[in-house]
Amino acid sequence: MSEVSTAQPHFDQPLAVELLESPLTPENTGKLGMWLFLSADATIFGAALVAYLALRIGSTKWPVPASVLSIPSTAVMTLILICSSMTMTEALSAIRRGHQARYRGFLTLTIVAGLVFLGLQAREWNHLIAAEHLSIDTSLFSATFFILTGFHGCHVIAGVVYLGVLLIRGWSGKVSAAKSAAVEIASLYWHFLDLVWIAIFTLVYLI
Amino acid sequence: MAASSATASQRVEPNYIFIWIYLIVLTGLELVVAFAPISKAEITGLLVGVAGVEISLVAMYFMGLQFEPRSLALIALIPVALVGFMVLTVLPDAAVAIYPRRGGGEVASMANALGHELSGPNPNLNYRPRL
Repeated sequence: MSEVSTAQPHFDQPLAVELLESPLTPENTGKLGMWLFLSADATIFGAALVAYLALRIGSTKWPVPASVLSIPSTAVMTLILICSSMTMTEALSAIRRGHQARYRGFLTLTIVAGLVFLGLQAREWNHLIAAEHLSIDTSLFSATFFILTGFHGCHVIAGVVYLGVLLIRGWSGKVSAAKSAAVEIASLYWHFLDLVWIAIFTLVYLI
Repeated sequence: MAASSATASQRVEPNYIFIWIYLIVLTGLELVVAFAPISKAEITGLLVGVAGVEISLVAMYFMGLQFEPRSLALIALIPVALVGFMVLTVLPDAAVAIYPRRGGGEVASMANALGHELSGPNPNLNYRPRL
């Protein structure tokens, strides 16, 4: 009895059962954190899209999107984001195999795709503001349009910066096959931008 | 999750090229449907369906949700449930906005069948709370 009471648990030793069952292992906390963040972010985007649909259905003066917005240009933007998701997947696959040069190349392509997307969005906004004389307080249509696409655009800017940091770390040799979890977490964020844009493209531009 | 990550590098990865091609084809299909000579309701239904497939492909394969444990998939489903609830709260207003005449006509015909006459503005619309 006395042996049992004096025995101290060894907290410094990893528990095999804990490692197998708990999602909060050191290598997965970042991934879990990103999923929680994306879940919260998806709720915000979802709420914004539902609000957009509610306002649109309730309005009698909503313009046909294709008459105001450039569908071909936006279709190209959508294709660019889909292609960037593919290059991001290739970058992750490359770093998992330890191919540093291939990783840096595909990550650079992803960043370039993000910048092209932002450039096309800036061009579209410039056209709407300068030629169509739309601003955030012109109408419900323009307000919801600028808020939704602007919020997504801010996320893309953050994504480009995020990937830029990973590229710099790649050049300095701080990213390797053993430390590919950071790239996997970044890829989750980038694919999420693609996913949200598909919803915006469908609901705001096409319907 | 730990077990799944430990085997992440060993798992058989899907052919991402095929997923990418599917996404491009589906985007093209969306453009065709958007300008197809069919009713607005059909266009809306088809576009939402195709977009749903695209979003599922990105989430399941590019984001790797298919290879993650159920606990993580449940986290990803939280916003889906919340947005679904939001849509449900908006649906009554949407139905009234889309079908105002049909709803009014049905109420009027029901009132006639019961021998009541609907005349004048709805008093509830002029209701103002006392402050």
